Amino acid sequence: MYQVGNLVKELSDKHGRARESLMPILQGIVQKHNYLTDEAMVEVARELDISAAEVYGTASFYTFLDTQVKGKYVIRVCKTITCSMKGKSDIIETLEEILKIKVGETTPDSQFSLIETNCIGWCHKAPAILINEMPYTELTSEKVSEIIKDYMQK
Amino acid sequence: MENKGLNKVDLIFEKIDNREVLEKAFRMSREEIIREVLDSGLKGRGGAGFPTGMKWKFTAAEKSPDKYIVCNADEGEPGTFKDREILDRVSNKVHGGMAIAGKAIGAKKGIVYLRGEYRYLLPKLMTELDAFQKQIKEIGYDFNIEYRMGSGAYICGEESALFESIEGKRGEPRNKPPYPTVSGLFDKPTSINNVETLVTAMMIMKHGAKNFTQYGTKDSRGSKVFSVSGDTPTPGIFELELGMTVQQFVNEFGDGDTKAVQVGGASGFCVPRKKFAETIIGFEGVPTGGSMKLFNSSRSMYNVLHNYLDFFTEESCGQCTPCRVGCQQLLKGVEKVKKGEAKSTYLNELIKLADTMKIAAKCGLGQSVGNAFKSIVGNFREEIIY
Repeated sequence: MYQVGNLVKELSDKHGRARESLMPILQGIVQKHNYLTDEAMVEVARELDISAAEVYGTASFYTFLDTQVKGKYVIRVCKTITCSMKGKSDIIETLEEILKIKVGETTPDSQFSLIETNCIGWCHKAPAILINEMPYTELTSEKVSEIIKDYMQK
Repeated sequence: MENKGLNKVDLIFEKIDNREVLEKAFRMSREEIIREVLDSGLKGRGGAGFPTGMKWKFTAAEKSPDKYIVCNADEGEPGTFKDREILDRVSNKVHGGMAIAGKAIGAKKGIVYLRGEYRYLLPKLMTELDAFQKQIKEIGYDFNIEYRMGSGAYICGEESALFESIEGKRGEPRNKPPYPTVSGLFDKPTSINNVETLVTAMMIMKHGAKNFTQYGTKDSRGSKVFSVSGDTPTPGIFELELGMTVQQFVNEFGDGDTKAVQVGGASGFCVPRKKFAETIIGFEGVPTGGSMKLFNSSRSMYNVLHNYLDFFTEESCGQCTPCRVGCQQLLKGVEKVKKGEAKSTYLNELIKLADTMKIAAKCGLGQSVGNAFKSIVGNFREEIIY
């Protein structure tokens, strides 16, 4: 859990307090903390003067606006057809082994979350994953191990 | 039917003097721009294929002081990645196309809705947008573009869901009519165009409608960027003239063992080998937003279908029952048949359900689930059962 502090106010100052500002504000929180806490959503509702249910209703619609606890690095493995054909399962297996978690889980030190996602637009360079915003493509078990080890050093 | 063969074209990624084309377009009247695009026969490159000139004409006809140009960069169809490449390589042409469209319909504001999966592109796009805004200002034209991000929802590629999302709401499609040209973003007249459509419009301004109509067929004018993936030695992005057959496409991109091509992504159609020669890729045959997936004989078409149905079940917005429940039941249904828990004739019931969804679903997502379902079950029934 994180303390949302002044972030909601800062984002609201930047994007405005109209309803159309809701997505950029929620996205701003997720960029910093990777998921939305109840406290953060209530704070957004107060700042925009709309009900917390409206904020939660919107957030829960979008898979990238997570309302469940997520680690510092969210690994999204594409599971759509081409990635699935080109070795997605090997990538998942390797990641599960290195991180010692299953798909859908977060490491106990809150560093990594592992989830599957739908097509991320890299079918010609499958299999592909996103780590937070960054795409990594044409992966092999070796390549993805290297990438994760680099993140572990960060 | 016209058959143009397979010809590579270089329009979309062609390096041009943006300023020159913009100045040329801004010297034209609104009517002249719209006439040029109408004459070109350009149809939307996102997949639905609505004539771009008509869309601009309808939006131009609305009397409202506020109108919008929205660039749909929520490229989510499985197997499509050309819009990412276009934005990465020639965003100046995307922005230019928006300004020209803005002039045509009388809009001073453009919004690009970029899918969240492509956020890594944003810093670069912002720098390029700044340069573009400076250029527009120097020309002495008043037009502003803003970027808004998606957050991982396939349905937001549907135009009215995309508006809802920009407005800060759940991305649930609206009832139509009213159409966006009358009441779109913030209930104002809006022309929403795909990334590639806007670039193509820019190139029509440069080369003229007449030049553009030399490419393609009567129903599918011009060229198009194809996203090629699956069992192919040469996956990637290729701009090809419209009007080739699937056979000609497979001859170029296949691995020698192609048994099926999925044209148009999960919401598109599966073409089996025996129909390659007779099927034209274009609006007279199988339409596509550019997604071309090749499958060779080592692939199980059950797995392909299952993957697509799983995709739709997750990405259905859940607002209307035919789509929400229909997707789930199609998925469960093929699983049951595969496991032998239901008779193979149960597939006929599922086809009826897919037909019902086509009529009863609220938007394009639910309406097109049946495309892949029926064309895969229809052509590879034995692979679904055994």
